[in-house]
Amino acid sequence: MIVRLRNVDKVYANGVVALRGLDLDVGEGEFLSLLGPSGCGKSTVLRLVAGLGEVSSGRIEWSSAGGPAGQPTGDIGFVFQDPTLMPWATVWKNVLLPLKLRRLAPDESAPRVREAIAMVGLEGFEKAYPRELSGGMKMRVSIARALVTRPRLLLMDEPFASLDEITRFKLDNDLLALWARQRWTVVFVTHSVYESVYLSTRIAVMTARPGRTAGNVAVEGPDARDEAFRTSPLYNEYCRNVSARLAEASRA
Amino acid sequence: MGSVAVRPRRWGVGRIVRLVLPPAGVGLAGLVIWEAVVRLQQIPIYILPGPWLILQTLVKDWGTLYPSLLVTLAIAGAALLVATVAGVMIAILFTQSRWIELSLFPYAVILQVTPIVAIAPLIIIWVKNIPIALLICAWIVAFFPIVSNTTLGLNSVDHNLLNLFQLYGASRRQIFWHLRLPSAMPYFLGGLRISGGLALIGAVVAEFVAGTGGAQSGLAYRVLESGYTMQIPRMFAALFMITCTGVLIFVALTALSHLVLRKWHESAAEREG
Repeated sequence: MIVRLRNVDKVYANGVVALRGLDLDVGEGEFLSLLGPSGCGKSTVLRLVAGLGEVSSGRIEWSSAGGPAGQPTGDIGFVFQDPTLMPWATVWKNVLLPLKLRRLAPDESAPRVREAIAMVGLEGFEKAYPRELSGGMKMRVSIARALVTRPRLLLMDEPFASLDEITRFKLDNDLLALWARQRWTVVFVTHSVYESVYLSTRIAVMTARPGRTAGNVAVEGPDARDEAFRTSPLYNEYCRNVSARLAEASRA
Repeated sequence: MGSVAVRPRRWGVGRIVRLVLPPAGVGLAGLVIWEAVVRLQQIPIYILPGPWLILQTLVKDWGTLYPSLLVTLAIAGAALLVATVAGVMIAILFTQSRWIELSLFPYAVILQVTPIVAIAPLIIIWVKNIPIALLICAWIVAFFPIVSNTTLGLNSVDHNLLNLFQLYGASRRQIFWHLRLPSAMPYFLGGLRISGGLALIGAVVAEFVAGTGGAQSGLAYRVLESGYTMQIPRMFAALFMITCTGVLIFVALTALSHLVLRKWHESAAEREG
């Protein structure tokens, strides 16, 4: 177990109740998708886990290895829905940012930046500026930036939602390959049943606002997921199952 | 994998010719018509001198006009410099606290909307040192665009980027240097471009006011003096120099802005195709 959310409520200052009584366990090394109708508070969960907001009530508990109780350790990577790059900085400097903010010495950070850029396949583009890159490449930079701190926990907030399907499939596969190699824990927010089934080891289905988890589906697909899995009866079976759960949760 | 869009360097001779030729042609045609009208209608030179005569006067009187130009340019330049430093500092102060901005911004507006012609005489009376008085006038006109634009820029930080900085535990200082300042750069440079021209206008207006009071200074005084002594061609020559200076300041600041932003900002980016 890496982090545990217990009975979490989140009420925003404008009175919107985003989450009500949410329980969620994130296990070490799993690829967990948060699936739910839009506006159900999926992104809020990620922000709370990342420490970008306070819970209104309830608890977020980190495992002992995760640092001081109740505090995120800092070894969290966050990928936003938009690439969220600094337009005035090159790919290299964008990826370097988390290390620079932690005041890592340049000779220590340079190899890590190089490694992260290589992981997402952007070697040769270190000196390019974001406006010179395609949408998919910008997203890769954003992922490299999240990976450069070698996080234990990677939080992704509908990272590929704004990309075309071809780019998205490609990035899905690349992400899976990276995850298979590195085995960080991933919490992946999505509103796509198909994407969640394809990527995850477990799917947490959320209700409409105020959000809470309506149920979990463990996806016991093959370890190596590829186009064959995407067209297999097993995949379809899971999609049907998860869709039904989602429909049920949206009604509730 | 896509490919990096290559931005062609298209500042070749052909492009410059295409950019410069049409306005130059219009200008030349205008001058020819002007010269022709003045000669054919035999307009007296104290009403309207022809461009050829103005050019001759410019060359003949260069010895008196050029030092005056330097005086005006020094005042405008110093005013712009002070406006930039003070403007950026005030903008930074504004973004430190909403209360500071709320309490001080109205006075920046008041300073901006009060006609400089009306308060210049007072400033010239209060401040005995004429160049300093002129500098203050030019500064008052020039500093507002820098303050308002830079303030806007410092407050226009991408919220997701701010979240990202917070996630990685950035200090206030780091957020300021690595996020707010670069975000504000295009806005600041836009303000600077406006202020450059305004600093010159402010300096000239103040020189006019000071000149009517008898203080000799800069190109505006040459215009005034030529008017008094009916040396109309010289007046036009001095006016022409002021205009050229304004254009040069604008071009220089535009080039600076382009140089700083060309790598990343849409305003300076060359479009494909």
